[in-house]
Amino acid sequence: MFAGLARFSGIFVLILLGAIIVGLFLGGEAALRAFGPFFVADTEWDPVQQLFGGLVPIYGTLITSVLALTFAVPIAFGIAFYLTELAPQWARRPIGTAIELLAAVPSIIYGMWGFFVVVPLMAQYVQPWAIDTIGEMPVIGFLFQGPPFGTGILTASLILGIMIIPFIAATMRDVFETVPPVYKESAYGVGCTTWEVMRSIVIPYTRVSVVGGIMLGLGRALGETMAVTFVIGNTNRIATSLFGPGNTIASIVALEFPESEAHSLKLSSLLLLGFILFIISFIVLAISRALLRPRLKG
Amino acid sequence: MSATTMGSGAIPGPAKDEKTSLALGRSRHRANVIVKTLCVAATLIGLVFLASILFTLLWRGIGGLSLAVFTTSTLPPGSNGGLLNAIVGSLIQTVLGAAIGTPIGLMVGTYLAEYAQNSTLGNAVRFVSDVLLSAPSILIGLFVYTLLVEPFDGFSGIAGCLALAVIVIPIVVRTTEDMLRLIPNTLREAVIGLGAPKWKMITLVCYRAAREGIATGVLLAIARVAGETAPLLFTSLGNLNWSVDLTKPMASLPVTIYQYAGSAFEDWVQLAWAGALLITFGVLAINIIARVVLRGGK
Amino acid sequence: MKFATTALAIGLAGFIGAAQAQQITGAGATFPAPVYAKWGEAAKAASGMELNYQAIGSGGGQNQITNRTVDFGASDAPMDPAKLESAKLLQFPSVMGAVVIIVNLPGVASNQLKIDGPMLAEIYQGKITKWNDPKIVEMNRGVTLPNRAIAPVYRADGSGTTFVYASYLAAVDETWKTKVGVATSVKWPTGAGAKGNDGVAATVQNTQGAIGYVEYAYAKLNKLPTVQLRNKAGQFVSPSAESFSAAASQGDWAGAKNYAVNLIDLAGEKSWPIVSATFILVPRDPKEPQRVANVLKFFDWVYQNGDPIAVNMEYTPLPAGVKAAVRSTWRNELKGPDGKPLS
Repeated sequence: MFAGLARFSGIFVLILLGAIIVGLFLGGEAALRAFGPFFVADTEWDPVQQLFGGLVPIYGTLITSVLALTFAVPIAFGIAFYLTELAPQWARRPIGTAIELLAAVPSIIYGMWGFFVVVPLMAQYVQPWAIDTIGEMPVIGFLFQGPPFGTGILTASLILGIMIIPFIAATMRDVFETVPPVYKESAYGVGCTTWEVMRSIVIPYTRVSVVGGIMLGLGRALGETMAVTFVIGNTNRIATSLFGPGNTIASIVALEFPESEAHSLKLSSLLLLGFILFIISFIVLAISRALLRPRLKG
Repeated sequence: MSATTMGSGAIPGPAKDEKTSLALGRSRHRANVIVKTLCVAATLIGLVFLASILFTLLWRGIGGLSLAVFTTSTLPPGSNGGLLNAIVGSLIQTVLGAAIGTPIGLMVGTYLAEYAQNSTLGNAVRFVSDVLLSAPSILIGLFVYTLLVEPFDGFSGIAGCLALAVIVIPIVVRTTEDMLRLIPNTLREAVIGLGAPKWKMITLVCYRAAREGIATGVLLAIARVAGETAPLLFTSLGNLNWSVDLTKPMASLPVTIYQYAGSAFEDWVQLAWAGALLITFGVLAINIIARVVLRGGK
Repeated sequence: MKFATTALAIGLAGFIGAAQAQQITGAGATFPAPVYAKWGEAAKAASGMELNYQAIGSGGGQNQITNRTVDFGASDAPMDPAKLESAKLLQFPSVMGAVVIIVNLPGVASNQLKIDGPMLAEIYQGKITKWNDPKIVEMNRGVTLPNRAIAPVYRADGSGTTFVYASYLAAVDETWKTKVGVATSVKWPTGAGAKGNDGVAATVQNTQGAIGYVEYAYAKLNKLPTVQLRNKAGQFVSPSAESFSAAASQGDWAGAKNYAVNLIDLAGEKSWPIVSATFILVPRDPKEPQRVANVLKFFDWVYQNGDPIAVNMEYTPLPAGVKAAVRSTWRNELKGPDGKPLS
């Protein structure tokens, strides 16, 4: 009886996600039929001509998530390293909790904070400065050009990065703590510095799990909606500049859904994008599970 | 996040006495100092972000906090409205969402930890539950819309509750499974050895042992859904008036914030920030309580 | 399990508290949401009717009333006549508003800068890119214009405001009409998007050299610097209640099917060129006629008493003749199962 109920609940969750995905796919079928598989490689998004392609939001989703990781991973690593090896014992819990609280701030609050605090800072100080200095450099200059709107790919990545720091830092801290003390003790015993112990003992030992934790953060970043919508600039063009505006799958769904008529090709394209987003998170999660399982569950 | 024991306290730190310190190569020593400094800086950066968000909310929101915010429902611009209906609506939807999602999540977590550790079905359910964990919440809102709002002629508080419940489930599943797995098998064997059936073993012994951990999971889930905007936009819709009727559209804090923050009217914008302040500090308080509960259990 | 019990208690309390005043639920356009809320408050005090209006966007409003999830839908763009027909909906206007142009040009005062429609269209197509472009300088003798790039800002979320603005650009510029077109969101040739009126306003304020378009109430209440536009009669007009009413009085209300009147770029010396009406959609075949009757009762009250509130909130009320025509449409076309008019 109890076992049956538990099993039934498990199957229920399976059906629930199945229904969500099948629902999205059925909704997106019309768009897939109209635009074919090249939907994912088309940059067009023209509601007047009813021509839709998914490349810009797919690209925006991937690029902001990857940039968010490059920003979040070093900081999360620093925090995890500090919390496991450097911080005085009494400070570990309060600081750890404070960092984890970053994960609890609702995403709409990140959006408002990003829009009213970070965007003006970017527009008035960071971007004009970068455009005048780095923007003039050869080779990388093109990444830092364009009008300083404050919003854009870089700002969105920055906010996303802050939002995923606590997830990555917490996983890293947890896996760092799984390193058997005896390994570290013997390294210290032969005169290694803290950094050397980290570099040659802890990181190699936990490498796979750390990557798994990073992938979990990536999964978070991919689906974030409200915060990104506030700061990304929401434009359907692929910008070469990091200051250029863009779009992500989640943000275009949030912005365009309310103005999409039922049974229209636009609505269908949005649902197809939702389906693609699920596929992307499936892949990311599958990789992270494969990497995380041997360490954490062992 | 596996809760591992803090073993690092017992590790002797890097060589602290003068002689060994001098004996270390200068460059090794320098590298160590640089990395340590960077780690402290990373932690400070993380804390500064949290402080900046909280400060922004206090600075912008505290001016709008008054007794009227808690005693008056939302009113048109210039009529000195409050947030009473939104606060109550948020409470109802969050609590009911958690009440619906928790038992299901609990059963699924139990199934995964106690019945289906390595079965194919178990692995599939676990994977799907993790996909749900990082699924964009706006897509969950769309799903509930097509399932409940469209066929039943209208937006309703109950549709909002169910959308939130779908978000609650995977969080509770994750913590329940993790917590049950921490219970030593010897305890299980002892109970079974006494001749108790498995369901009694789980409900009477395992749940009791994992009580705090599971409660933490539920509190974290509540904190997460309390701040959700996207899934409510197309389910409970919002309500300008006082209404606690679950079959009618229902107001919520995040949706109200979302709409007011972008309005032209100063008093609405002020209310939006006051609401943002309330919800963030409320959610952070729940998080801190959850952690205290977990610590009390250890 | 404590949670479940508490939750149940609250839930029950909810059901018990359900007996309430007659409530009308509407959803749709964001532009008129503040005035609907204010009307709702006043109507409640006067007649006990309770309005719940949620701003979910014009497209959303059309979808929701088509699916009959609300009592009425609201839309800034008139609904396609064929769709009105197939969804069995009746459309009528509630109030009017205007879209204005805001700029961020230090040293240039509000309503000091003069531009015209074709120039706007070229700016938003990336053909005019500098503030000291000869065309702009020519029109603004005596105003010092900087050698600064123009940064066009537009609404990134689908919106009725964009529909109205794009309608204007299409009316004055042939290339815009054929290449870009008119919809609640279009494929912008250049510029950056921002979410909502507030997003456009903030982005313009953050960016020197930026230009954007917002609803008049938003510009007025936030004291954003606007510009003068040249209307069809060749006159430069500043945005104001008078110039909006002037445009409204030029509209061909009688000839407009489903009241989908065109108020864009009309004749008249004082007419502001970007004005539009916003619309209400109600079902012609209501399952519960009483609910439609309530909606009509509410808007009847609004037509009677709502004008001062609308003016106070920077909206433009409908001409009296239009209201009379709408009332007779209600009587003739919305009937209960017994064949009697609902209003």
